[in-house]
Amino acid sequence: MNTKTERLVVIGAGMASGRLLEHLTEEARGAFDITLFNAEPRGNYNRIMLSPVLSGDSTWEEIVIHDDAWYAERGITCRFGEHVIAIDRKRKVAVGQKGEVPYDRLVIATGAAPFILPIAGNDMPGVLTYRDLDDTNAMIAAAGKGGSAVVIGGGLLGLEAAAGLKARGMDVTVVHLMGHLMERQLDEAAGYLLEKDLEARGIRVLTRAATKAIIGKGHVEAVILEDGRILPADLVVMATGIRPETRLAVDAGLEVERGIVVDARMITSDPAILALGECVEFEGHLFGLVAPLYEQARVAADTLMGRESRYVVREVATRLKVTGVDLFSAGDFAEGEGREDIVYRDPGRGIYKRLVVEDDRLIGVVMYGDTADGNWFFDLIRDRTPIDEMRDNLIFGPAAAEGGAAADPLSAVAALPPEAEICGCNGVCKGKIVAAIEGGAHDLAAVRAATRASASCGSCSGLVEQLLELTLGDAFEAPAAEPICGCTDLTHEEVRRLIRATPLKSQEAVWQELGWKTRNGCHICRPAINYYLLAEWPLEYRDDPRSRFVNERRHANIQKDGTFSVVPRMWGGLTTPAELRAIADVAERYDIPAVKVTGGQRIDLLGVRAEDLPRVWADLNAAGLVSGHAYSKGLRTVKTCVGSDWCRFGTQDSTGLGVRLEKVLWGAWTPHKVKLGVSGCPRNCAEATCKDVGIVCVESGYQIGVGGAAGMEVKATELLAQVATEDEVVEIVTAFIQLYRENARYLHRPYKWLETVGLDWVKARVVDDPDERRRLVERFEISQSVYRKDPWAEQVAAHADEFAPLAEIRMEAAE
Amino acid sequence: MSWFDIGPVEALPMRGARRVRTPKGCIAVFRTAEDEVFATAARCPHKGGPLDEGIVHGRKVTCPLHSWVFDLATGEALGEEGRVATYPARIEKGRVLIDLSQLVMRGTA
Ligand code: SRM
Ligand SMILES: Cc1cc2nc3c(=O)[nH]c(=O)nc-3n(C[C@H](O)[C@H](O)[C@H](O)COP(=O)(O)OP(=O)(O)OC[C@H]3O[C@@H](n4cnc5c(N)ncnc54)[C@H](O)[C@@H]3O)c2cc1C
Ligand code: SF4
Ligand code: FES
Repeated sequence: MNTKTERLVVIGAGMASGRLLEHLTEEARGAFDITLFNAEPRGNYNRIMLSPVLSGDSTWEEIVIHDDAWYAERGITCRFGEHVIAIDRKRKVAVGQKGEVPYDRLVIATGAAPFILPIAGNDMPGVLTYRDLDDTNAMIAAAGKGGSAVVIGGGLLGLEAAAGLKARGMDVTVVHLMGHLMERQLDEAAGYLLEKDLEARGIRVLTRAATKAIIGKGHVEAVILEDGRILPADLVVMATGIRPETRLAVDAGLEVERGIVVDARMITSDPAILALGECVEFEGHLFGLVAPLYEQARVAADTLMGRESRYVVREVATRLKVTGVDLFSAGDFAEGEGREDIVYRDPGRGIYKRLVVEDDRLIGVVMYGDTADGNWFFDLIRDRTPIDEMRDNLIFGPAAAEGGAAADPLSAVAALPPEAEICGCNGVCKGKIVAAIEGGAHDLAAVRAATRASASCGSCSGLVEQLLELTLGDAFEAPAAEPICGCTDLTHEEVRRLIRATPLKSQEAVWQELGWKTRNGCHICRPAINYYLLAEWPLEYRDDPRSRFVNERRHANIQKDGTFSVVPRMWGGLTTPAELRAIADVAERYDIPAVKVTGGQRIDLLGVRAEDLPRVWADLNAAGLVSGHAYSKGLRTVKTCVGSDWCRFGTQDSTGLGVRLEKVLWGAWTPHKVKLGVSGCPRNCAEATCKDVGIVCVESGYQIGVGGAAGMEVKATELLAQVATEDEVVEIVTAFIQLYRENARYLHRPYKWLETVGLDWVKARVVDDPDERRRLVERFEISQSVYRKDPWAEQVAAHADEFAPLAEIRMEAAE
Repeated sequence: MSWFDIGPVEALPMRGARRVRTPKGCIAVFRTAEDEVFATAARCPHKGGPLDEGIVHGRKVTCPLHSWVFDLATGEALGEEGRVATYPARIEKGRVLIDLSQLVMRGTA
């Protein structure tokens, strides 16, 4: 035993210093005369377990690590409830609120402090953070009064707070800035599953939501988001991250970056002072979980006892302590080249696993729903075990080293509840179809006869066949259907129906629930899925520009040299001198090399540089011109002829009707482009009879034709209806377009779609059934409430800077 | 190595790209869904399509002109004869850095 005792002062009685003291007092009892300061009026407790205390699953007594007796037995002088306010390095004293204590060596273990968003109202009564027992008790007290809580921050702490408050009966909303929850630990897929689980437990989750301010009179009443939404709140918990608690070290002149800088022996820039825990920074790393802190405690103890020991950063693993939520993440699943993914999904059971492999080693893992093998994977990561030989079955865990089962492609259909609608036309649910199959209907025709499922438009045939296969097993042989692309085994129609029936409202949901074989699709399926989602859920789904081809993302047509063409809308082919002047000015102002009259009765500005697009649009907007969507799978042109206004043969106002139709339909996204024509008489100068929808005016009214084509195929329209008034034309055409939007496969023009469903099927809905027609128009209008607006103006307002290069690099610096 | 700081990560759209101009041609800088960054020459080796305007999926990009697909890490065209130059890229403290020493050498050699 040492003869000379050393005076050791420890600032902070948290989890890191607690472990350090255990080592010192066990391995070198009596060697140190220890004084322990803690700002909290208590000693070391298991901070991690505050969440079970909050939710009521645990009590304070259960989470104390060191009680009074423990400190007394070891002769540690405790100064709890006392802040250290300064360190005087010259005189080697720690200055506490109640007096100084001299040291030979000093340990700083002040942990971290919650980061407070710099927004109005952040200090209002009712706004809490989540760090210590007092915060936890304050939350429990607030929850006792009921009402609603808003948790700002969807990371580990925020979600545990949310689950705890929910368990105590509050209405809880989590507001998260990023696109998915726990983005630092989880990828998008696992984040999606987590969000879904939390929502199923009644916790509302808002992602991509930025908090603007907290308001209230004397006590919080609501949280205001940047987008203007107002969330009523009786309690606000701010869990937006932590900052190393470095104030003492900064004041004392120690080297501090984001944390207190330490070397591998945990020594700061002053050799007499050590630091460990969340307050330190080591080789650029900060720490937020206990496992590495315990390793630091081991090293710091060795250093103090004069033993050689070095700290190395190791991978950490995260689990979330929310009952019933099973997630695990470890290692590195982002950044870097030469990495490959192994993905496994079992939609039926809500399971997702992803392994990241680099150089024949596992370097990262994310698991959701089934984390039993988490530690096994974690060991592979930490031990850097070569995985070459087990690679094929690695994802199935240690048990399956020799041959595991692949995900069942039918599991998405198997997972549907009995009441899920399979046949939309005839309203037949899964349960009824399965009952029919069990009752002896053993092929598609028999199911059709028994239930009418797939008897109309037929787009659910694939799903019915899958139900046959599921119910009958090998006894049923499904005819091969063509999947959308290599990312899935499902066809367009099947995916569409499942989006509706399940229901699925995000791309992540589609990839996950339908067992996509790739992480986030490809250039073939992504635009299709994006369309299906926005057509199905216009209000809930947000269009994803990153899943669109360049033209639709840039709102201009790309040219072979990378420039763009710009076509402003000319309603029904009409223009004015002022518009023409504005177009001419723009062409000169931006050196636009070509101006051409298009085959669609408007003017094309060709060869516009990408970075000029926002200004070109702004100038055109100023003259009242909007996008002509010459680039979109959406409404293009409505060609008209002069009609009764001028033409000696004109029977009706074809120009006016064309303008009216264009104003109703513009902006709508459709499976493929849609073009209309309105001719004033059967001489048909607007070429209406080869358009997707063509109206020919006659003395007694209007003939509405559909399914024309004049591109790679040429086809005349077929008569859908003949009506007497313009109002009827507008209603029937709108209903037809909506039916097409809801049912056609992506990239099928109306004539292609009509080949599969038949004109009679369309007539039955759009012409013969006025209620159905009205419902179609209503749904179209709901969608148009989002999409009937000028995308150019929007791009100019919100994204103009994205059209210029991000940076300009001059090489001199490098040469 | 000559690392250039081209801006904050958030300036790159998730599953998207931005263009960086240099005296030796434009570079496309990509950000994947997993927050990885990659840099390649912006010109498609097929007929010069702007790769920064392509759809980014997994660690691949599809050229907007004729749908060649490139592996962002290696620059290889998948199923086609062709390759696009790649440059090291990384994220550090929220900033995107690209290393253009190869570009400099290629230009001065
Ligand atoms: C500009 C224009 C040619 C012109 O100078 O007149 C044009 C230009 C293009 N057409 Fe067209 N089409 C134009 C009228 C037509 C017409 C005539 C019409 O609309 O009355 C047709 C036949 C009718 C039809 O739509 O089928 C037509 C049938 C096509 C097709 C074949 C479609 C089909 O289903 O068979 C394509 C290819 C496609 O969409 O997949 C196409 C594709 C294209 C693209 C977008 C090719 C591309 O992807 O880059 C061209 C873009 C050029 C550019 O950069 O601006 N264009 N294109 C016309 C623009 C009309 C407008 O004001 O919006
Ligand atoms: C609710 C919650 C759940 C968590 N869940 C997990 C989990 O599941 N897994 C995991 O690994 N980690 C979890 N953590 C993180 C983990 O608790 C921390 O990483 C760990 O407690 C940090 O230990 P520390 O000793 O560095 O700091 P702390 O434990 O914070 O201790 C620092 C102490 O220093 C005191 N102090 C600060 N300044 C002064 C001063 N000037 N004078 C005197 N005293 C001072 C503070 O009052 C505090 O008591 C969780 C944290 C919280 C809050
Ligand atoms: S016909 Fe249409 S697609 Fe073909 S070159 Fe002319 S504009 Fe382009
Ligand atoms: S230019 Fe890129 S694929 Fe043709």
